[in-house]
Amino acid sequence: MTDSTRTAPPPDPLTGPPPAHRPRHRPADGRSRRRSWQDHPLRRATPWLFLLVPLALLITFTYVPVGNMVYYSFTDWDGVSPDRSFVGGDNYEELFTRPELFRVFAVGLYYLAASVVQIAAALYFATILSFDLRLRNLFKGILFFPYLINGVAIGFVFLYFFQDGGTLDSVLSLLGTDGDHAWLGDPQSANTALAGVSVWRFTGLNFVLFLGAIQSIPGELYEAAQIDGATRWQQFRHLIAPGIRPVLSLSVILAISGSLSVFEIPFIMTGGATGTQTFVIQTVKLAFQFNKTGLASACAVVLLLIILAVTWVQRRLVPDEKVDLV
Amino acid sequence: MGRKILGTALLTTTALLAVAGCGGGGTGSSDETAAPPLNATSVSGTIKVLTNRTDLVQDGTMKKYAAAFGKEYPKVKVEFEGITDYEGEVKIRMNTDKYGDVLLIPAAVAKGDYPKFFAPLGSTGTMEQKYRFTDKTDVDGRTYGIANFGTANGVVYNEALWKRAGITEWPTSPQEFLADLKTVKDRTGATYYTNFKDGWPLVSPFTNSIGSVSCDAKASDNLAITDKPWGAGTDLNVIDTLLYDIVHDKLAEKDPSTTNWENSKSLLAKGKISSMVLGSWAITQMQDAAKKAGAGADSIGFMPFPVQKSGTYCSTLLSDYQQAVNIHSTHKAAARAWIDWFTEKSGFSEAQGAVSALRSAPLPATLKEFVDNDVTLVERSEADTAEVNAIDNASEIGLNKQDYRQKLIDIARGAQSGSLEDYFADLNKRWADAKQTAGS
Repeated sequence: MTDSTRTAPPPDPLTGPPPAHRPRHRPADGRSRRRSWQDHPLRRATPWLFLLVPLALLITFTYVPVGNMVYYSFTDWDGVSPDRSFVGGDNYEELFTRPELFRVFAVGLYYLAASVVQIAAALYFATILSFDLRLRNLFKGILFFPYLINGVAIGFVFLYFFQDGGTLDSVLSLLGTDGDHAWLGDPQSANTALAGVSVWRFTGLNFVLFLGAIQSIPGELYEAAQIDGATRWQQFRHLIAPGIRPVLSLSVILAISGSLSVFEIPFIMTGGATGTQTFVIQTVKLAFQFNKTGLASACAVVLLLIILAVTWVQRRLVPDEKVDLV
Repeated sequence: MGRKILGTALLTTTALLAVAGCGGGGTGSSDETAAPPLNATSVSGTIKVLTNRTDLVQDGTMKKYAAAFGKEYPKVKVEFEGITDYEGEVKIRMNTDKYGDVLLIPAAVAKGDYPKFFAPLGSTGTMEQKYRFTDKTDVDGRTYGIANFGTANGVVYNEALWKRAGITEWPTSPQEFLADLKTVKDRTGATYYTNFKDGWPLVSPFTNSIGSVSCDAKASDNLAITDKPWGAGTDLNVIDTLLYDIVHDKLAEKDPSTTNWENSKSLLAKGKISSMVLGSWAITQMQDAAKKAGAGADSIGFMPFPVQKSGTYCSTLLSDYQQAVNIHSTHKAAARAWIDWFTEKSGFSEAQGAVSALRSAPLPATLKEFVDNDVTLVERSEADTAEVNAIDNASEIGLNKQDYRQKLIDIARGAQSGSLEDYFADLNKRWADAKQTAGS
């Protein structure tokens, strides 16, 4: 029943002919004329013409570089030399016989833990701000604002924040605590601090995603719930939570792939020193410091495959069901 | 069906483009030497000079050089392109033909590849008579670059501050240096500064000092044949042990993880920092900072690395970037004319307080104390740098990268577990292993 080309007015229920008499199909001549126009090759090509520009951009800036990267991963290229030779799977063999290259994934656990906090905080604020509150637009702005700032700027801002005698230390001393702690000084505290910065930065994005999903739940459902005497918690539990499930599962996928491939914030703030090196920083260093572009490309390919695998497993465990609130 | 065809088409296109895209990066076929022009009016054209000195491009200093050059070579026009991330950007641009007419050779380019990227400037036999540091770019008897200047390596310190703490003599051993740092710290509160966060001050000033300890011009080349670069008594062992001890004895700044290079200049000038291991190029910058702080340029001193070999100090003399001519350049003679003029007549190295690449040029005023105190300047051989770098890269230690010294400092201040001996042993092992693979 989605025939949008139907042009005949609906029959008047009182004066129109009974449905049985109404021709089920349009006159043959009109239909054939329409079909010939629809089958015109140009019309069939129209969607592809529209897609031409985005596809060209996609191929040029995504698929070609990825193809190049996969090709480099089978060579011993140093990143500069005009010569490179094909070495087959040597880079992959080296990668998988050096367990220390995978040990850096442990650092990702800090960010994974942080993303749990991040999703919880975003969900909390999104739920609260979806209700009618005073100044809710101001709070929405405040929460989303960090996501709009450039990651490099955030890195520098927080470098001053954490430095000896910096913002954090002075705030702590105002509260009477002795802030004599090098926040980025040892691996545990540095990674926690960096993960905290990442929470500060990305909560806004999750928040907006959740808020959008919550607001797309029809308002009459809330009204009905209120009439039935549901509490706020019951509204959340039975209306909001199921309503935003697809967005929630998307956020979890983004969080996991994000914590596997953390780069910007630790790279700018510590450069990977003091045990804050992540897999991507390590890859960048292999490629641009030690001129092992081939090995680094292999690392990148493996990271891509790991993320795809994790996503796949996750989708198998939590299938994306159709949600029907009504 | 349509989707499948499209998918196949996409994949094929990608594959084709991927293969085609890898053809980039050309080798100039021309083997012609970029010889200096016979007379100034015979060369013409517009040449583009790539430089890492964005500050000099912005404040118009480079334009003044170009104007002075234009008086001598009226038909040549010089354009500058200052690049902030010089290493990273030029390295990638060198995959094309368009990397300027004159450029500074990025450290990432392997020495063996020089003939593919740069025009030879002359035979090393004749070039080395006139210029210092030619062995760094010598490939098969031909020289591909001329240093824009050289620097001596040592320790920049606040001389006025050290005098106030009662120290007037240069320390003659690492132990004396540590004792002096302690005295200065106890009496004035000023510490050594590692510049841990910015990282590079942990790299070149220290690694370039290889040779200052042993007073051996071949100290760096010897790394290619040793299995234990960090063995007892070696240059690297002495240098890195000193850094370890400074941090371990709490004679360095309190929180290394948030240091700031730009800020460190004024901190040194104001006497909040006692000293930093640096190259002599830093002296003029520190003097500027001292003037801004109202302390006077003479409050900044420069001492050799605190080690003596049979009673004399040694300081390695190393070239900065080397200027080269793009092999794809269509104005090679003009490009060479610029390099020669810039090296010989611009006065650039004097203005930088650095050692000129010309053998005939006198030492700069910044090194007067070195001359007065008979410090032996060791012009370090770079003949085997290619092999050393190959081993270094294969081992992923990074003598010219900050990571391994940052880890050294982390161990020294207890942020990471381990001992200095174990760390040196591990570095030695990685070096020896890499030597096996990279040497073959």
